[in-house]
Amino acid sequence: MIWYAVIAACVGCYLFKLAGLSVPDRILRDGRTRRIAALLPVGLLVALIATQTFSQGNHLTLDARAAGLGAAVIALLFRAPFLVVVAVAVATTALIRLFLS
Amino acid sequence: MLRDAGGIALTSGAYAVSCGAICTAAGLSLAQTLALSLLMFTGASQFAIAGVIGAGGNPFAGAAVAVLLGARNALYGLRLASLLQVRGARKAVAAQLVIDESTAMAVGRESGRAGRLGFWATGIAIYVLWSLGNLVGALGARFLPDPEVLGMDVAAPAAFLALLAPRMRGRGPWAAAAAAAVTALVAVPLLPAGVPVLLAGLVVAVLALRLPARPPTGGEDPGDRANAGTTAEEGIR
Repeated sequence: MIWYAVIAACVGCYLFKLAGLSVPDRILRDGRTRRIAALLPVGLLVALIATQTFSQGNHLTLDARAAGLGAAVIALLFRAPFLVVVAVAVATTALIRLFLS
Repeated sequence: MLRDAGGIALTSGAYAVSCGAICTAAGLSLAQTLALSLLMFTGASQFAIAGVIGAGGNPFAGAAVAVLLGARNALYGLRLASLLQVRGARKAVAAQLVIDESTAMAVGRESGRAGRLGFWATGIAIYVLWSLGNLVGALGARFLPDPEVLGMDVAAPAAFLALLAPRMRGRGPWAAAAAAAVTALVAVPLLPAGVPVLLAGLVVAVLALRLPARPPTGGEDPGDRANAGTTAEEGIR
């Protein structure tokens, strides 16, 4: 099942790339298309962050992951590079779990 | 320019290590992780499908989120089409290399020749190092014990946050972010895992149509980033 999803997603992503090189300008230059394309990644990323930090299955939760995400926000405010941001979040979450367990 | 391309590719290789590790921690096999890096080759989408599967969501919901995130590459292709002038097999290859970085290195050059060199050099260098980085990350993550004890389950959200940060310029993105967060969290108890993210995407698409005609984002234009010379920090999205 995962394989089918992986292949379908790869094909879908490739078709979008190919479409950009292939379709007439006016379709993608359309103002509505551009506005959706500009905001859709923001919405999807925020939704991914929210669900993967504050839920477990079908339950809303508040646990060590929230602290890890908070640490990542602080790292970003200090303009830390990508890997540092991820490492700070992971380490914070792990440490809190260690102390609470 | 070739040195710039190499530098960007090296940075991407480092992102790729975390991507490979997150894919493996999410339960994807080595072959699946490599298939994503070789065939999908657009970072944010790879993080997204791994994140949804890792959180116990439906793999096809993850695939749908990944494809929607990859839709912005179509806009990049639009800008590149007149520059690259590719047909047939070369177009098929060029399409796979259309990502944030290769576009940023191609548009806004003084000559068409320099733009084409920027595109191909950056695209090929990143393709190679991105795949190697994913391999290293996937193999490395196999030696980790329980990913949850190590806090690896927060790695994907933190990665999404880092990808999101440079896009949060202007009121449009903040409005979209608020709408998406509320929609997704309200939907969590009601819908299967992964689906709330798609619903949030739908709400944001509707919202985008209702916002003023030209929201001051600028975040979607890779040319801005190339001119500002910030590509190295921003990475594959």
